[in-house]
Amino acid sequence: MSSDNPMVRFDNVQKSYDGKTLVVKNLDVDIAKGEFLTMLGPSGSGKTTSLLMLAGFEPATHGEIYLNGKPINNVPPNKRGIGMVFQNYALFPHMTVAENLAFPLKVRKMSPTDVQQKVDRALAMVELPSFGQRRPAQLSGGQQQRVAVARALVFEPELILMDEPLGALDKQLREQMQYEIKHIHENLGVTVVYVTHDQSEALTMSDRIAVFEDGVIQQLSSPSTLYEKPNNSFVAQFIGENNRLNGNITAIDGTVCTVELDSGDKVTADKVVDGGIGTRTTLSIRPERVDLDPEAGSVPVTISGKIEELIYLGDHIRVRMSVAGTDEFIVKVRNSASGQSLETGQLTTVGWNPEDCRALDEIAA
Amino acid sequence: MSETAAQVADTLAVKPIDQAVDQPITAADGTPLKVALARATRKAKWRAFVLVLPLLLFVLITFAIPIVEMLTRSFYNDAFSANMPNLVAYFEDNEIESVPDEAGFAALAADLKQARENKTIGVVATRVNYEVPGSRSQFTSAARKTKKLEPPFKEAIIALDEDWNDVRLWNVMQRASNPISASFYLAATDRRYDENGDKVWVDKKRRIYIKLFVNTLLLSLGIALICLVLAFPVAHLLATLPLRYSNLLMIFVLLPFWTSLLVRTTAWIALLQSQGVFNDMLVGTGIIGDESRMQLMYNMQGTVIAMTHILLPFMILPLYSVMKTIPPTYVRAARSLGATSWTAFWKVYFPQTVPGIGAGVLLVFILAVGYYITPALVGGSTGQLISNLIAFHMLKSLNWSMAAALGAILLFIILVLYWLYDKLIGIDNMKLG
Repeated sequence: MSSDNPMVRFDNVQKSYDGKTLVVKNLDVDIAKGEFLTMLGPSGSGKTTSLLMLAGFEPATHGEIYLNGKPINNVPPNKRGIGMVFQNYALFPHMTVAENLAFPLKVRKMSPTDVQQKVDRALAMVELPSFGQRRPAQLSGGQQQRVAVARALVFEPELILMDEPLGALDKQLREQMQYEIKHIHENLGVTVVYVTHDQSEALTMSDRIAVFEDGVIQQLSSPSTLYEKPNNSFVAQFIGENNRLNGNITAIDGTVCTVELDSGDKVTADKVVDGGIGTRTTLSIRPERVDLDPEAGSVPVTISGKIEELIYLGDHIRVRMSVAGTDEFIVKVRNSASGQSLETGQLTTVGWNPEDCRALDEIAA
Repeated sequence: MSETAAQVADTLAVKPIDQAVDQPITAADGTPLKVALARATRKAKWRAFVLVLPLLLFVLITFAIPIVEMLTRSFYNDAFSANMPNLVAYFEDNEIESVPDEAGFAALAADLKQARENKTIGVVATRVNYEVPGSRSQFTSAARKTKKLEPPFKEAIIALDEDWNDVRLWNVMQRASNPISASFYLAATDRRYDENGDKVWVDKKRRIYIKLFVNTLLLSLGIALICLVLAFPVAHLLATLPLRYSNLLMIFVLLPFWTSLLVRTTAWIALLQSQGVFNDMLVGTGIIGDESRMQLMYNMQGTVIAMTHILLPFMILPLYSVMKTIPPTYVRAARSLGATSWTAFWKVYFPQTVPGIGAGVLLVFILAVGYYITPALVGGSTGQLISNLIAFHMLKSLNWSMAAALGAILLFIILVLYWLYDKLIGIDNMKLG
């Protein structure tokens, strides 16, 4: 996605609050015009700090941030022309919804008729046309959320920042708002930088996701790549669910390697981790890519295992198994007629395709 | 957070299950629900009441009753009417338009004699003396001589003192014969009754109270505004600094609270008097000459400086408690929407601090209006407030009715201002902490 003329460029940006530790270490990101980029990571990983530096509320300790090719380190936030949606919406409680929306237009000295027109259009966009005279406290959380988005968009910025904007909503509303924000992004063509710690939110909405951990971007790629082809164990663990099996690399054949698990089983996997034969590795396999009791010859890798626990979840059944020395091996089985025959304590086999199994850096078991 | 509030509001807005309009809801045993509820909660209510009863009695006995008693004195004074029964009876039947005839003087002579025997002539004389200055000795000396008085009493009494022949004195006595009187309120607003019972202004030179009321209110308002200007940045720092710094700052704010009022006021005297620390510093550094030392104490400046310092915490704390609840994201949001730092402050931050400003200004103003010790110590002659005059009437002139009238007027003014505040800003918006 990165292009030669990125909308936003972080050039070797560092940030420290106390002069002792770096909260953001050597951040280099290009964000293309019109892109929806999500910064995803656990709290304290530096994603919000990066967003605040881009918005202008925190100065970068080192490095330069460029907006449309111009350095903005010394531009105050009000001159950056970046719209921002805050975690708790930050709607001004002493103003009506219409006054909130008119605020960015009035400080830009727009004529009252233009202001009125744009406010009406923004309210129509978020489907709250008759709510102009209400106070923010009289709106539900979802409505406040929409007003906050409308306010960040009403002065037509090219770049919108969102700092965990859906964190305060309940699950159902959050999913609905994810689609609405996604549609607004598609319809207006604005660039969005979105911060969240919710991986499903990131997968749903983003063009690209930057996974932050410890002030460093662990992986920056599209949602599907991130899920299917994680670069390291942290990403594999943070995005979705995965089964981990530890072992040593015993043979390497191009991008494929053979791993001898600690239990003695040998399996083949995609080699992602650096290092030669003898390197410790953690294999990562998604639960839904594992076949339970596969027909002989249908998948190249099979290991025997024992069913420890069955958890009925309606559309699928989670099967917890002990496989190759771990009893936390999860298999998702589609709830079909065959699933009914499973029993706790049953001895069976699991199997998978080598391309679904990635040999990553080792996490100590 | 606000979402739940909205949800609660929604739930409240939902009408309860449709009821037949006129039928009261009943509990399972058929008693009306209201009665059943009252019965169920009665015991708990009683227990709660018994718990607060000691405080209630304490407040009632030491606060409410004395205030009511004191305020009553402002319009009710029976010093004359209770001790001069014959004159009271006489005045009931006769309207005084001129100096009365023998019957009136006979009543006076009888009352003076009785009052002397009861040793109440002093309070009677004092009561009349409030309105006819200098008449006290006239009463006491006449009372001393009542034994020798022979009818006709009119001639005899006038022979004692020519002033008994003054119709104004008799007017005053007639009004005093009614224990309920507005004369103290008139006096407290620089007016009096003239010979015809009309309300007139006292001499220009003697008008002090209204000017002092106005001075007190203006000075208090001034002090409240100075406090606001000084307290606003401090409160903001308190609300936004990291905890370890803000705690330290809070101790500095509260330190004066823990120090005796007298000590603080005297400290200001030591600092600001013409031979004090501040002037010495200015002279020592050559900024002013020794002969032109500034007079900062024992005048209005002294009162303003010392009271501003003493009342400052009362402004800082309500402001702080409001500012603490304003998340920094509001100003950030305003900035990101294109507002300069001034616009973000003035349009977004400041309006949200109004409840704290209202509470602080009202608190400091009301405290300042009634302040006594500090102006008494550092106010000199120009820095006195109305409370100092109330104290004067309580302690020196012993005219408690006058003190009560002044106090009642002050109370009334404050209630009016409080009502105005409620109309303009709304008491519900006030946040005291």
